[in-house]
Amino acid sequence: MGKINWYKYASPASFYGLAGKLIPGFATLSVVLFIIGLYISFFVAPTDAQQGEAYRIIFIHVPAAWMSMFIYVVMAAYSGIGLAFNTRLSAMMASSLAPTGALFAAIALFTGSFWGKPMWGAWWVWDARLTSQLILFFLYVGYISLQAAIDDPRRSDRASALIALVGVVNVPIIYFSVKWWNTLHQGASISFTKAPTMAYTMVAGMLIMAAACWMYTIAVALYRVRIIILERERHSVWVSELMEKIK
Amino acid sequence: MKPRHKKLAFIITGVAGLAVIVALIMNAFRSNLVFFFTPTQVIAKEAPVDRTFRIGGLVEKGSLKRENDGLTVHFVVTDLKHDMNVTYKGILPDLFKEGKGVVAEGKLSPEGQFVASQVLAKHDENYMPPEVAAELKASKASKTKL
Repeated sequence: MGKINWYKYASPASFYGLAGKLIPGFATLSVVLFIIGLYISFFVAPTDAQQGEAYRIIFIHVPAAWMSMFIYVVMAAYSGIGLAFNTRLSAMMASSLAPTGALFAAIALFTGSFWGKPMWGAWWVWDARLTSQLILFFLYVGYISLQAAIDDPRRSDRASALIALVGVVNVPIIYFSVKWWNTLHQGASISFTKAPTMAYTMVAGMLIMAAACWMYTIAVALYRVRIIILERERHSVWVSELMEKIK
Repeated sequence: MKPRHKKLAFIITGVAGLAVIVALIMNAFRSNLVFFFTPTQVIAKEAPVDRTFRIGGLVEKGSLKRENDGLTVHFVVTDLKHDMNVTYKGILPDLFKEGKGVVAEGKLSPEGQFVASQVLAKHDENYMPPEVAAELKASKASKTKL
Protein backbone atom coordinates (compact mmCIF):
# COMPACT_ATOMS: atom_id res chain seq x y z
CA MET A 1 0.00 0.00 0.00
CA GLY A 2 1.32 3.38 -0.96
CA LYS A 3 0.96 6.69 0.80
CA ILE A 4 -2.59 7.95 0.89
CA ASN A 5 -3.02 11.07 -1.15
CA TRP A 6 -5.10 13.23 1.20
CA TYR A 7 -5.40 16.04 -1.31
CA LYS A 8 -7.40 13.69 -3.46
CA TYR A 9 -10.20 13.78 -0.88
CA ALA A 10 -10.27 17.57 -0.89
CA SER A 11 -12.00 17.27 -4.24
CA PRO A 12 -15.78 17.02 -3.85
CA ALA A 13 -16.04 14.25 -6.46
CA SER A 14 -13.80 11.79 -4.62
CA PHE A 15 -15.01 12.85 -1.18
CA TYR A 16 -18.55 12.06 -2.29
CA GLY A 17 -17.55 8.42 -2.68
CA LEU A 18 -15.49 8.31 0.54
CA ALA A 19 -18.31 9.86 2.60
CA GLY A 20 -20.72 7.28 1.19
CA LYS A 21 -18.48 4.48 2.41
CA LEU A 22 -17.99 6.02 5.87
CA ILE A 23 -21.64 6.78 6.72
CA PRO A 24 -22.84 3.22 7.57
CA GLY A 25 -19.95 2.71 10.03
CA PHE A 26 -20.55 5.93 11.93
CA ALA A 27 -24.32 5.44 11.88
CA THR A 28 -24.06 1.91 13.31
CA LEU A 29 -21.59 3.04 15.99
CA SER A 30 -23.92 5.85 16.94
CA VAL A 31 -26.94 3.54 17.33
CA VAL A 32 -24.95 1.02 19.41
CA LEU A 33 -23.55 3.77 21.64
CA PHE A 34 -26.98 5.37 22.08
CA ILE A 35 -28.44 2.03 23.20
CA ILE A 36 -25.62 1.44 25.71
CA GLY A 37 -25.65 5.06 26.84
CA LEU A 38 -29.42 5.22 27.34
CA TYR A 39 -29.40 1.89 29.18
CA ILE A 40 -26.76 3.19 31.62
CA SER A 41 -28.57 6.52 31.94
CA PHE A 42 -31.92 5.01 32.87
CA PHE A 43 -31.12 1.72 34.60
CA VAL A 44 -27.51 1.62 35.81
CA ALA A 45 -26.71 5.13 37.00
CA PRO A 46 -27.84 5.70 40.61
CA THR A 47 -30.40 8.24 41.78
CA ASP A 48 -28.90 11.54 42.82
CA ALA A 49 -28.84 12.37 46.53
CA GLN A 50 -30.28 15.87 46.12
CA GLN A 51 -32.18 15.93 42.84
CA GLY A 52 -33.63 12.44 42.76
CA GLU A 53 -34.48 11.24 39.26
CA ALA A 54 -34.65 14.69 37.67
CA TYR A 55 -30.88 14.83 37.38
CA ARG A 56 -31.04 12.24 34.57
CA ILE A 57 -31.56 15.14 32.18
CA ILE A 58 -27.77 15.60 32.23
CA PHE A 59 -27.32 12.49 30.10
CA ILE A 60 -28.72 14.40 27.15
CA HIS A 61 -28.31 17.99 28.33
CA VAL A 62 -24.53 17.95 28.85
CA PRO A 63 -23.57 15.99 25.69
CA ALA A 64 -25.86 18.26 23.63
CA ALA A 65 -24.29 21.39 25.11
CA TRP A 66 -20.78 20.04 24.52
CA MET A 67 -21.60 19.13 20.92
CA SER A 68 -23.20 22.51 20.21
CA MET A 69 -19.98 24.26 21.26
CA PHE A 70 -17.63 21.77 19.61
CA ILE A 71 -19.51 21.74 16.30
CA TYR A 72 -19.37 25.52 16.19
CA VAL A 73 -15.57 25.48 16.58
CA VAL A 74 -15.25 22.87 13.82
CA MET A 75 -17.61 24.87 11.61
CA ALA A 76 -15.53 28.02 12.18
CA ALA A 77 -12.31 26.12 11.39
CA TYR A 78 -13.77 24.80 8.12
CA SER A 79 -15.02 28.29 7.27
CA GLY A 80 -11.59 29.79 7.97
CA ILE A 81 -9.83 27.21 5.81
CA GLY A 82 -12.37 27.71 3.05
CA LEU A 83 -11.90 31.47 3.20
CA ALA A 84 -8.11 31.30 3.19
CA PHE A 85 -7.48 28.52 0.67
CA ASN A 86 -10.63 28.81 -1.44
CA THR A 87 -11.33 25.10 -1.07
CA ARG A 88 -14.84 24.23 -2.10
CA LEU A 89 -15.25 21.20 0.15
CA SER A 90 -14.47 22.93 3.46
CA ALA A 91 -17.24 25.45 2.92
CA MET A 92 -19.63 22.59 2.13
CA MET A 93 -18.57 20.78 5.31
CA ALA A 94 -19.16 23.92 7.35
CA SER A 95 -22.68 24.35 6.03
CA SER A 96 -23.45 20.65 6.47
CA LEU A 97 -22.57 20.90 10.19
CA ALA A 98 -24.68 23.97 10.96
CA PRO A 99 -28.17 22.37 11.25
CA THR A 100 -26.88 19.64 13.59
CA GLY A 101 -25.15 22.26 15.74
CA ALA A 102 -28.34 24.28 15.92
CA LEU A 103 -30.27 21.14 16.86
CA PHE A 104 -27.90 20.36 19.75
CA ALA A 105 -27.96 23.98 20.96
CA ALA A 106 -31.76 23.84 20.98
CA ILE A 107 -31.77 20.49 22.82
CA ALA A 108 -29.41 21.89 25.47
CA LEU A 109 -31.65 24.93 25.97
CA PHE A 110 -34.90 22.95 26.09
CA THR A 111 -33.73 20.17 28.40
CA GLY A 112 -32.09 22.74 30.67
CA SER A 113 -35.35 24.63 30.88
CA PHE A 114 -37.30 21.51 31.83
CA TRP A 115 -34.78 20.79 34.57
CA GLY A 116 -34.63 24.40 35.70
CA LYS A 117 -38.32 24.69 36.56
CA PRO A 118 -38.43 21.97 39.25
CA MET A 119 -34.84 22.42 40.47
CA TRP A 120 -34.14 26.14 40.39
CA GLY A 121 -37.74 27.28 40.39
CA ALA A 122 -37.56 29.05 37.02
CA TRP A 123 -37.84 28.02 33.37
CA TRP A 124 -35.36 30.64 32.32
CA VAL A 125 -33.02 33.16 33.92
CA TRP A 126 -30.79 35.68 32.20
CA ASP A 127 -27.53 34.53 33.69
CA ALA A 128 -24.27 34.54 31.72
CA ARG A 129 -24.28 30.80 30.90
CA LEU A 130 -27.85 30.64 29.64
CA THR A 131 -27.63 33.89 27.72
CA SER A 132 -24.38 33.00 25.94
CA GLN A 133 -25.80 29.58 25.00
CA LEU A 134 -28.89 31.29 23.57
CA ILE A 135 -26.58 33.56 21.54
CA LEU A 136 -24.85 30.44 20.21
CA PHE A 137 -28.22 29.14 19.02
CA PHE A 138 -28.93 32.46 17.31
CA LEU A 139 -25.49 32.37 15.65
CA TYR A 140 -26.33 28.98 14.16
CA VAL A 141 -29.70 30.25 12.96
CA GLY A 142 -28.02 33.36 11.53
CA TYR A 143 -25.42 31.25 9.75
CA ILE A 144 -28.08 29.00 8.19
CA SER A 145 -30.35 31.86 7.13
CA LEU A 146 -27.53 33.92 5.64
CA GLN A 147 -26.37 30.92 3.65
CA ALA A 148 -29.90 30.41 2.38
CA ALA A 149 -30.43 34.10 1.61
CA ILE A 150 -27.63 34.43 -0.95
CA ASP A 151 -28.04 32.47 -4.17
CA ASP A 152 -24.45 32.43 -5.40
CA PRO A 153 -22.76 29.67 -3.32
CA ARG A 154 -19.33 31.32 -3.45
CA ARG A 155 -20.66 34.57 -2.04
CA SER A 156 -22.92 32.90 0.51
CA ASP A 157 -19.95 30.82 1.71
CA ARG A 158 -17.83 33.90 2.26
CA ALA A 159 -20.60 35.82 4.04
CA SER A 160 -21.54 32.96 6.36
CA ALA A 161 -17.87 32.18 7.03
CA LEU A 162 -17.64 35.63 8.54
CA ILE A 163 -20.50 34.85 10.98
CA ALA A 164 -18.84 31.56 11.90
CA LEU A 165 -15.47 33.19 12.56
CA VAL A 166 -16.83 36.17 14.48
CA GLY A 167 -19.16 33.99 16.53
CA VAL A 168 -16.44 31.56 17.58
CA VAL A 169 -15.41 34.12 20.21
CA ASN A 170 -18.65 33.23 22.01
CA VAL A 171 -17.63 29.60 22.61
CA PRO A 172 -14.99 30.22 25.33
CA ILE A 173 -17.41 32.71 26.88
CA ILE A 174 -20.02 29.96 27.24
CA TYR A 175 -17.49 27.53 28.65
CA PHE A 176 -15.93 29.86 31.20
CA SER A 177 -19.06 31.90 32.03
CA VAL A 178 -19.69 29.86 35.19
CA LYS A 179 -16.17 30.63 36.40
CA TRP A 180 -15.94 34.29 35.43
CA TRP A 181 -19.25 35.48 36.83
CA ASN A 182 -21.74 34.61 39.52
CA THR A 183 -24.26 32.52 37.64
CA LEU A 184 -27.27 30.48 38.67
CA HIS A 185 -26.01 27.65 36.47
CA GLN A 186 -23.67 25.36 38.39
CA GLY A 187 -20.00 24.97 37.53
CA ALA A 188 -18.59 22.14 35.45
CA SER A 189 -18.69 18.70 37.04
CA ILE A 190 -16.20 17.37 34.53
CA SER A 191 -13.23 19.43 33.40
CA PHE A 192 -9.71 19.03 32.11
CA THR A 193 -8.12 20.28 35.30
CA LYS A 194 -9.73 18.35 38.14
CA ALA A 195 -11.27 14.99 38.96
CA PRO A 196 -15.00 14.71 38.15
CA THR A 197 -17.33 15.62 41.01
CA MET A 198 -19.80 12.96 39.98
CA ALA A 199 -20.35 9.30 40.74
CA TYR A 200 -18.40 7.05 38.37
CA THR A 201 -21.37 5.45 36.58
CA MET A 202 -22.91 8.87 35.99
CA VAL A 203 -19.72 10.05 34.29
CA ALA A 204 -19.57 6.87 32.22
CA GLY A 205 -23.17 7.28 31.06
CA MET A 206 -22.58 10.89 30.11
CA LEU A 207 -19.37 10.16 28.18
CA ILE A 208 -20.96 7.29 26.24
CA MET A 209 -23.91 9.50 25.36
CA ALA A 210 -21.46 12.20 24.24
CA ALA A 211 -19.63 9.67 22.04
CA ALA A 212 -22.97 8.58 20.58
CA CYS A 213 -23.88 12.19 19.77
CA TRP A 214 -20.46 12.62 18.20
CA MET A 215 -20.89 9.61 15.89
CA TYR A 216 -24.40 10.76 15.03
CA THR A 217 -23.05 14.20 14.11
CA ILE A 218 -20.38 12.74 11.80
CA ALA A 219 -22.85 10.42 10.08
CA VAL A 220 -25.46 13.14 9.56
CA ALA A 221 -22.92 15.75 8.45
CA LEU A 222 -21.45 13.36 5.87
CA TYR A 223 -24.94 12.48 4.65
CA ARG A 224 -25.80 16.15 4.32
CA VAL A 225 -22.51 17.08 2.64
CA ARG A 226 -23.14 14.46 -0.05
CA ILE A 227 -26.40 16.18 -0.92
CA ILE A 228 -24.71 19.60 -0.91
CA ILE A 229 -21.95 18.26 -3.20
CA LEU A 230 -24.49 16.89 -5.68
CA GLU A 231 -26.47 20.10 -5.63
CA ARG A 232 -23.48 22.35 -6.19
CA GLU A 233 -21.72 20.16 -8.74
CA ARG A 234 -24.88 19.32 -10.65
CA HIS A 235 -23.46 20.77 -13.89
CA SER A 236 -20.25 18.72 -13.72
CA VAL A 237 -19.63 15.63 -15.81
CA TRP A 238 -19.25 13.19 -12.93
CA VAL A 239 -22.58 14.09 -11.40
CA SER A 240 -24.46 13.67 -14.68
CA GLU A 241 -22.72 10.33 -15.20
CA LEU A 242 -23.77 9.29 -11.68
CA MET A 243 -27.34 10.35 -12.37
CA GLU A 244 -27.32 8.33 -15.61
CA LYS A 245 -26.24 5.27 -13.64
CA ILE A 246 -29.02 5.70 -11.08
CA LYS A 247 -31.61 5.97 -13.84
CA MET B 1 4.49 34.32 2.04
CA LYS B 2 2.09 32.95 -0.52
CA PRO B 3 -1.11 34.99 -0.90
CA ARG B 4 -3.25 32.25 0.63
CA HIS B 5 -0.95 32.09 3.66
CA LYS B 6 -1.24 35.83 3.97
CA LYS B 7 -5.01 35.43 3.89
CA LEU B 8 -4.88 32.76 6.60
CA ALA B 9 -2.65 34.95 8.77
CA PHE B 10 -5.09 37.81 8.24
CA ILE B 11 -8.03 35.65 9.35
CA ILE B 12 -6.22 34.37 12.42
CA THR B 13 -5.12 37.87 13.50
CA GLY B 14 -8.64 39.08 12.81
CA VAL B 15 -10.24 36.49 15.10
CA ALA B 16 -7.56 37.04 17.76
CA GLY B 17 -8.06 40.80 17.61
CA LEU B 18 -11.81 40.36 17.91
CA ALA B 19 -11.31 38.10 20.93
CA VAL B 20 -9.24 40.81 22.63
CA ILE B 21 -11.91 43.43 21.91
CA VAL B 22 -14.66 41.21 23.30
CA ALA B 23 -12.53 40.43 26.37
CA LEU B 24 -12.08 44.14 27.04
CA ILE B 25 -15.79 44.84 26.61
CA MET B 26 -16.69 41.93 28.91
CA ASN B 27 -14.26 43.27 31.47
CA ALA B 28 -15.83 46.71 31.28
CA PHE B 29 -19.32 45.29 31.79
CA ARG B 30 -18.17 42.92 34.48
CA SER B 31 -20.53 44.17 37.18
CA ASN B 32 -23.52 44.18 34.82
CA LEU B 33 -22.99 40.55 33.91
CA VAL B 34 -23.19 39.43 37.51
CA PHE B 35 -26.31 37.40 38.16
CA PHE B 36 -26.30 37.96 41.91
CA PHE B 37 -24.49 39.84 44.66
CA THR B 38 -23.12 38.30 47.83
CA PRO B 39 -24.15 39.70 51.25
CA THR B 40 -20.60 41.07 51.60
CA GLN B 41 -21.03 43.04 48.36
CA VAL B 42 -24.42 44.36 49.52
CA ILE B 43 -22.94 45.56 52.80
CA ALA B 44 -20.04 47.14 50.89
CA LYS B 45 -22.76 48.98 48.87
CA GLU B 46 -21.68 47.43 45.59
CA ALA B 47 -25.21 46.28 44.83
CA PRO B 48 -27.79 48.62 43.24
CA VAL B 49 -29.78 49.02 46.44
CA ASP B 50 -32.34 51.46 45.02
CA ARG B 51 -33.79 48.94 42.59
CA THR B 52 -34.50 45.22 42.33
CA PHE B 53 -31.42 43.02 42.48
CA ARG B 54 -30.48 39.46 43.40
CA ILE B 55 -28.51 38.19 46.32
CA GLY B 56 -26.88 34.78 46.43
CA GLY B 57 -25.21 32.59 48.99
CA LEU B 58 -25.92 29.69 51.28
CA VAL B 59 -29.04 29.31 53.39
CA GLU B 60 -27.76 29.38 56.95
CA LYS B 61 -28.43 26.17 58.85
CA GLY B 62 -31.27 26.45 61.33
CA SER B 63 -32.34 29.87 60.07
CA LEU B 64 -35.45 28.82 58.11
CA LYS B 65 -38.67 29.87 59.85
CA ARG B 66 -42.20 29.57 58.53
CA GLU B 67 -45.01 31.88 59.53
CA ASN B 68 -48.42 30.51 60.45
CA ASP B 69 -49.89 31.25 57.01
CA GLY B 70 -47.60 28.49 55.68
CA LEU B 71 -46.38 30.63 52.80
CA THR B 72 -44.22 33.36 54.30
CA VAL B 73 -40.72 32.20 55.14
CA HIS B 74 -37.76 33.87 56.78
CA PHE B 75 -34.21 32.70 56.31
CA VAL B 76 -30.67 33.99 56.44
CA VAL B 77 -28.40 34.07 53.36
CA THR B 78 -24.73 33.92 54.19
CA ASP B 79 -21.48 33.96 52.24
CA LEU B 80 -19.72 32.79 55.43
CA LYS B 81 -18.47 36.35 56.03
CA HIS B 82 -21.67 38.36 56.25
CA ASP B 83 -25.34 37.48 56.68
CA MET B 84 -28.54 38.92 55.30
CA ASN B 85 -32.11 38.35 56.49
CA VAL B 86 -34.54 37.42 53.74
CA THR B 87 -38.33 37.38 53.78
CA TYR B 88 -40.25 35.59 51.04
CA LYS B 89 -43.88 34.76 50.42
CA GLY B 90 -44.40 31.92 48.00
CA ILE B 91 -43.48 28.36 47.11
CA LEU B 92 -39.86 27.39 47.55
CA PRO B 93 -38.16 25.28 44.84
CA ASP B 94 -37.46 21.57 45.47
CA LEU B 95 -33.73 22.04 45.92
CA PHE B 96 -34.14 24.78 48.52
CA LYS B 97 -32.44 23.48 51.65
CA GLU B 98 -30.57 24.79 54.64
CA GLY B 99 -26.83 24.74 53.97
CA LYS B 100 -27.38 24.80 50.18
CA GLY B 101 -27.02 27.55 47.60
CA VAL B 102 -29.81 30.02 46.93
CA VAL B 103 -30.42 33.08 44.77
CA ALA B 104 -33.18 35.52 45.80
CA GLU B 105 -34.51 38.42 43.75
CA GLY B 106 -36.06 41.40 45.47
CA LYS B 107 -35.48 44.70 47.21
CA LEU B 108 -33.84 45.87 50.38
CA SER B 109 -36.34 47.29 52.91
CA PRO B 110 -35.38 50.38 54.95
CA GLU B 111 -34.89 48.11 57.99
CA GLY B 112 -32.18 46.18 56.12
CA GLN B 113 -34.43 43.19 55.42
CA PHE B 114 -34.24 41.69 51.95
CA VAL B 115 -37.79 41.21 50.69
CA ALA B 116 -37.67 38.60 47.95
CA SER B 117 -40.15 38.34 45.11
CA GLN B 118 -38.56 35.19 43.69
CA VAL B 119 -36.36 32.51 45.24
CA LEU B 120 -34.23 30.22 43.08
CA ALA B 121 -32.24 27.25 44.32
CA LYS B 122 -28.65 27.15 43.12
CA HIS B 123 -27.41 23.66 42.56
CA ASP B 124 -23.74 22.70 42.98
CA GLU B 125 -21.69 20.58 40.59
CA ASN B 126 -21.73 17.49 42.83
CA TYR B 127 -23.74 14.50 41.69
CA MET B 128 -23.76 11.36 43.84
CA PRO B 129 -26.02 8.50 44.90
CA PRO B 130 -27.82 8.88 48.27
CA GLU B 131 -25.69 6.17 49.93
CA VAL B 132 -22.48 8.03 49.10
CA ALA B 133 -23.97 11.29 50.35
CA ALA B 134 -24.92 9.60 53.64
CA GLU B 135 -21.42 8.14 54.00
CA LEU B 136 -19.86 11.52 53.28
CA LYS B 137 -22.06 13.12 55.92
CA ALA B 138 -21.17 10.43 58.45
CA SER B 139 -17.43 10.73 57.85
CA LYS B 140 -17.65 14.52 58.10
CA ALA B 141 -19.61 14.26 61.35
CA SER B 142 -17.05 11.86 62.85
CA LYS B 143 -14.24 14.20 61.83
CA THR B 144 -15.86 17.19 63.53
CA LYS B 145 -16.35 15.11 66.67
CA LEU B 146 -12.63 14.37 66.79
